[in-house]
This record gives sequence, C-alpha cells and structure tokens, in this order.
Amino acid sequence: MKRRLPWGAMARMTGRRALAAVPVLLAVTFAVFAVAEASPFDPVKAYAGTAGLTASQENLDQLRANLGVDRPLLTRWWEWLTSALTGDLGDSSVMRRPVADVIGERLGWSVLLAVTAFLVAIALGTLLGVLAGRRRGGLLDRTVSSAAYTLEAAPAFWLGLLAIWFFALRLGVLPAGGLTDTASDTVTFDQVARHLVLPALVLGVSQLPWFFLYVRQGVGDALDEDPVRGARARGLGERTVLTGHALRSGMLPMLTLVGSRVPELITGALLVETVFSWPGIAAATVQAATSVDFPLLAALTVLATAAVLLGNLLSDLLYGLADPRVGFDG
Amino acid sequence: MTARFLRGTAAATLAGALALTAAACTNPGSTAGGAGGPKDSAVVGIAYEPETLSPLLGYGKDGNSKIFDGLLAFGADMKLKPALASRLPHISDGGLTYTYTLRDGVTFSDGAPFTSKDVVFTYRTILDPKTNNASRTELDALKSVEAIGDDTVVFRLKYPYAPFAERTVQAIAPAHIAAKQDVNTGPFTTRPIGTGPYVLTGWSKGEKLTFKANTSYWNGAPPVKKFTMAIIKDDDVRATRLRAGDLDGAILPPNLAAGFKDDKAKKTWTATTYDYRTVTLPTHHRVSGDTAVRRALDLAVDRQAMVDKILEGAGKPAYGPVPTDSPWFAEGTERRHDLAGAQKILDEAGWKPGPDGIRVRNGVRAAFPLWYLSGDKLRQDHALAYVSDAKKAGIDITAQAGTWEVIEPRMKTDAVLAGGGSPGDPDFDQYLLLKSDLAGDGFNNMAWYDNATVDRALEAGRRTNDPAERRAAYDTVQRELMKNPGYTFLTHIDHLYVVNDAWDGPSTQIEPHDHGLASGPWWNVESWKPKKAGATQK
Repeated sequence: MKRRLPWGAMARMTGRRALAAVPVLLAVTFAVFAVAEASPFDPVKAYAGTAGLTASQENLDQLRANLGVDRPLLTRWWEWLTSALTGDLGDSSVMRRPVADVIGERLGWSVLLAVTAFLVAIALGTLLGVLAGRRRGGLLDRTVSSAAYTLEAAPAFWLGLLAIWFFALRLGVLPAGGLTDTASDTVTFDQVARHLVLPALVLGVSQLPWFFLYVRQGVGDALDEDPVRGARARGLGERTVLTGHALRSGMLPMLTLVGSRVPELITGALLVETVFSWPGIAAATVQAATSVDFPLLAALTVLATAAVLLGNLLSDLLYGLADPRVGFDG
Repeated sequence: MTARFLRGTAAATLAGALALTAAACTNPGSTAGGAGGPKDSAVVGIAYEPETLSPLLGYGKDGNSKIFDGLLAFGADMKLKPALASRLPHISDGGLTYTYTLRDGVTFSDGAPFTSKDVVFTYRTILDPKTNNASRTELDALKSVEAIGDDTVVFRLKYPYAPFAERTVQAIAPAHIAAKQDVNTGPFTTRPIGTGPYVLTGWSKGEKLTFKANTSYWNGAPPVKKFTMAIIKDDDVRATRLRAGDLDGAILPPNLAAGFKDDKAKKTWTATTYDYRTVTLPTHHRVSGDTAVRRALDLAVDRQAMVDKILEGAGKPAYGPVPTDSPWFAEGTERRHDLAGAQKILDEAGWKPGPDGIRVRNGVRAAFPLWYLSGDKLRQDHALAYVSDAKKAGIDITAQAGTWEVIEPRMKTDAVLAGGGSPGDPDFDQYLLLKSDLAGDGFNNMAWYDNATVDRALEAGRRTNDPAERRAAYDTVQRELMKNPGYTFLTHIDHLYVVNDAWDGPSTQIEPHDHGLASGPWWNVESWKPKKAGATQK
C-alpha cells in the first residue's frame, strides 16, 4: 500500500518556486515603499505623536533627518534591501525597537491564532461538509448551506464585534480582548486559552464557508460516482463507503483550497487581531501602515508574501501527492 | 413600610450575590469586582498610550511618570516640591543659573545609586539633535548642564526663563543603562528602569501597561502594590468594562460618566483643566484677519451654551488659554455673549448685510472655511455651534472635516478648530500661540497672530522672576487679545473620571490637554491607601 514519495520531483518544484519568489518579493517590497511614500500620512507626525503638535519646525525637521525619511524613495528602499539581506531588518519607528524584536515577540501569537483558526475551519468545515454532502437537500444541508453563504459575505471584523457584544458583553462568559486578563501581568496557559477562544472562533468561522462548500460538493459528487455505487453494491458499510471512497476523492479540491485560503487568512487575521487587541503581527501591520513605518511594514509584507507563496507551494505539493496525474510541474 | 424594606433588602442581596457570581465566572484570577477585603491592586482604563517610555524621547517631561522621578514634582495644588532634588533650586546670576542639590540615598529600581551623572546625562541627551525628542523645544532656554560632585547639578540658561524650574519635573533616566544603548531604539525605550514609585512589569502595546510597587522607593513603598493601565480607545467599551468590574476606574466623556451617578460604590472625579478649544482666525485671510470680524465673532459666540449643551456642564467658557479660575487670569477680560454688540461692530466697520443676510464689504463676502479634525466629536460639535453663532451675526463659515494631513497645509489661510493647553506657567501656552515669530512654526501660532505689544509683553514675562512684573506682562497679553482676538477661545473642558470608592487618597490636579498617563485621579496612586473591608459598602 505504501508508496515511495517522489522526493526528487518535489525538491525540483520547490527550487523552481523559490527562484520565482525572488522577483516577486523584490517587487512587493518596492511597491510597499512606493505606496507608503504616496500615502498622505507623515512618518514624522506619527513618530512625534501629540508632542508633534507643539514641537517647533526646526525640531520636526531634525526628526525627519534623524529618521532618514527625507531621502529619496529609491535610496531608502535600496538601503533597506541591502541591510535586510545581511540580516539587519532595521528599527521600527512606531515600536521604537528593532524590527526583528517586534516580529520575534509577536509572530508566535499570530501563528497560534491563525493555526487554531485554520484547524477550526478545516475540522468543522469537513465535518459539516460530509454530513451535508451525504444528504444534499436535507434539513442540515439547507440550514448550514444558507448560513455558509451568509458568513461568506460577512466581514471578519463585523463578526468579531458581534461576538464581543454577545459573548463578552451580554453573556459575560468570555473575555472581550487581549492576551490575558487586564489585571494579570503573567501569561499563563489557561488565560491565553480563554482569550484565544473568541478570536480563533471568529477567524475560523469566517474561513469555514469555503471549506464547508468544497467538501459538501466533493463528497456529494463522489457519492454519485461509479466507485461509490460499486462499493455500495459490494455491500460495504456506509461508514467505509463514506470515509474510504467518497471523502477521499471529495477532499481533493480542498487541498488546493488550503493553499489559496492563506491570503484570506492573513487579511482576516489583520482585522480580527485589531478587533480583539490580540498582540500579534497583524495588529502591528495596521500600526506600521498608518504610521508609515517603512522598515516594519516592509518586513511584515515580505513575511505575508512568503506565507502566501509557501501556502501555494504546499497545496501544489499535496495535490501532486494525492493525485499523481497532476505531477510536480509547477 | 417594613415589608417594603425587607423586599428591597432581599432584592439587593440577590442582586449582589448574582453580581458576585458573575464576577467569579468571568474573572476568576482577579481581585476586581465586589470582593470585600482591602484592595492593594488597581486597574484603570485610559484612552491614550505613550509613544515611548524613555524620558530621553519625551516620556515624563511633565513629571508624574510612575516609573521615574524628576528633580522636582507638582503637588496637588500644582506647586513645585522637591523630588530627586532635596530642595527647590537656588536661582542666581539674574535668573540665568539654577543650582540643584540632590537627595541622598536614592537608588534606581535595579539597585544602582542615583547621582548627578544621571541628571547631566538625561538633559544632555535630550538636547542632542540626534535624539528623536519632539519636545526638545521646551528646554530651548537651557544652555548647559554640569555636575559638581555627586550631589549638585548646575543648569545655565541662554536667557532668563522664569518658568524654567517647572521644566525640571522632567523624568531622569539612569546613565548606567541608557548610555550604553541606542537612545532612539534601544531596549530601554520599552523596558525602562527608574527611581519612581512603580516598576514596569509589562507593556503590551495597544493593550495595557502593568506596574508593581517599587518596595525600596525613597518616599516609602506604595500601598497599592499592583497597578495596571488598560489602553481602551473606545469610550463605550471603557464604560462597559468599568461597569463589568474589569476596571476600577476610567476616564469617561460626560454623558457616559453620568451613567454612574447612582452607583454608590463609585465616585466621579472632575478635574479642571487648561484644555481649551479655540478657533484660529488666520491673519492671512482677508475676512478672518480683519479686527472687526474677529471682535464681532468674539462677542457673537455663546460660550455658556456650548458648556451647557456640548459639555453637559463639565467645563467653563474660555477667553484665552488662561482659564478663568487661574490666578494668572486678567480680571475683567471676560466677554459677555452680545449679538447686538457684534452686529454693531460689523456695521461700524462697513460690513453691510447683503441680500442673503451675509455681510459684504468692498465686494468681499464675510465668509471663510473652518476645519476640524475628522472623527473628533467634541471638536465637530464646537465647530458647528460656532458656525451657527457666526451666521446670526452675518458671517458665513463653512465647517469641514479633515485629518491633520489635509488641514496642516491650509492653516495659513483657513480657520481650524484647535485644542491644547499646558497647566502651570502662563508662558507655556501664550508664548507658543501668540508670538509672531512662531507663526506657522509647526503647530505653533497657527493663526499667524501678529501683535507687537503682545510680542513685547510675552518676552518681558518670561525674562523676569519678579511676580509683579510678570503679572503686568500677562495682563497686557490678555487685554490685547481682547482688543484683537486672533483666536476665538470657546471652552475649557473638564476631564471626568469614575473610580471605585475603595481607596483613601485619590484627588485631581489641574490637567493639560494631552491627558496621558500622568493625569487622572491616579496621578498620586503611590500614596493611595486601601479602605478597610466593609468601608466600601456604605
């Protein structure tokens, strides 16, 4: 039964993708610098905060020179790029700290949130999808499907606010935001677990419809296909038919979905982290963008782009493995 | 009667029990809520977050920074008192030299002793142009600072600057830590160490700052052992979390603070302020730059109605940056709401009503735009009230919302609804707002106000330490501002706070516009004492 994995082909595909990623990343970072430069936000004002409102012009000009934001766009981008390649990501002006520190401190919390949400979406989506796909047109299918279409249209931040209003304010059962209780200054497992519930659920539920609809379709179609009918005719149990035959072929489209949902997950996290004051990198991205914090913004964009490219690679690899006809040609 | 009393008590007990259970479910680890014992921890909700915690970059410049101390500090009455200095400075050389003797035996929270080196390091670093400190201008008068031995520091000024001592509430950073790192980005900017009553235990940006008491504080260990400041930008969320027991105190706008009036366990604190709202009347606009128009607007505006309707009574009419209850306020410069008087001024100056009721002079229509910061409800309300008052006098003002990016390039000719105010010396606000050579310098003198008499009085006021001469100078400024009001001052706004009545000691200071960490009834949290159990259930 066990089949040898095509390591060589997979490695070649990964290599090709890595090469293609270089120009993409370069273009993306330059675009970030250009867009930030064109935005009406002033990095010096953002840096000075309220003190900037009483500062003298000389003081502000000096700040501009210190921050290096008075130099031409291309120079700044090139300097950022060359020092980033040597491992120095620069200093974040809004966080007043090295960019590497900011990311190091926050990445873990974002990954925790995103992975939990992704697992919630996949697990719930698959389960509901299989149940609905089994009896298309049934009560469960109709309820969940219409809910899924509604959710597809609902923005994540709106779901977040709704969840805060209901669970935190009306019922008072779950905390409204943050990583720990306001009064607590140590990060403990049970506190984080309780504070994770709402944001992870909201983010997961906002991703759920796609998984649900794909699985429902896949399983439903597979149940009508010859192999399943054959299996049924051979007298196999319903459970075996479902998990062994229908689910296996029904899950195939979902593998592509895993990869292609990564960008959506990142934008979703951006909103959810902001709504729930979750101290992750997505919340930092919002701050970096509105304060025109070039080094932080560029590093975070590279990170997001890399995550998207990796997601695509992963889903293509998985697809190639699951369906040898597709292969690893990229 | 008895039956009703019993029923009431039963209901109250039941409600209390429910509240306790609710608190227990939502927040098992915290002491917030209805717990009976003395509370040695406090959680407060604030709306602003500091950009940095490094005194070198501007944190704690107005004193009261919890983590740090200044050489001097403001007391409850806003009088200066010694902190890291052992007494008030010795002023010599005609106000050009300030000598401070330092307190003995003070240590930083890491155990290292505090010496004159730290003071010199702090001030020299702030003056260094390479330091990204946006408030450096406040120390403009300072020429040099040097240490004499371990316990004496001498400041020399470029010119006699009367309020200089008030600038030395500036927080002092430890040289042995901060000097070894990049001043702008080093770890000290987010993990500070100071001599102050509290030690920072965590700063989750955008969420909260947590402090624990500095048990070896030179002025005695604070009885409130744990202090948390939650950063909650949204007023409604802050009010809800205060009601839910998650917070012990919060700053609230008047309408939300009113919701806690009947809550016997909480107390509302009203802090009077220097926080003004004003309309800039640009000198370089042919309508707003006209003295008759300025004087008419000054009379046509109904300040009391703004206080009553917009601020719901929590504020005072303003006639200049100096509030009416300040000892520096020039008696008799109040302006009554006088629409007829305003119309008379305009008539006499040749501004005649046109067919649409808007006045015209030499073909110029009495109209100009007024910008306010978009999203700022308070400024919007003030702007709209101003527009409607002006209309009654025949002046057509168009209120427009915009961000500072939109407003700033237009400030030379367009009116802006501005806010500001720093308590203490009358020099602070008036110099920056009215000095003609600061016109268009960043956000200083936004109206490009230009009045030679005012310029002379402002210089005279800051260059002498003689109280009578200073009073005369600032009286002149305020009377000139009445004759040629280049700004229409509208209101001084009170800041309202609601706090659990669980401690002895909260009080309020006179607060500035920018009410960050230093303001609020918790300005002196280090001297709060928990009330005895039971005392809270009155």
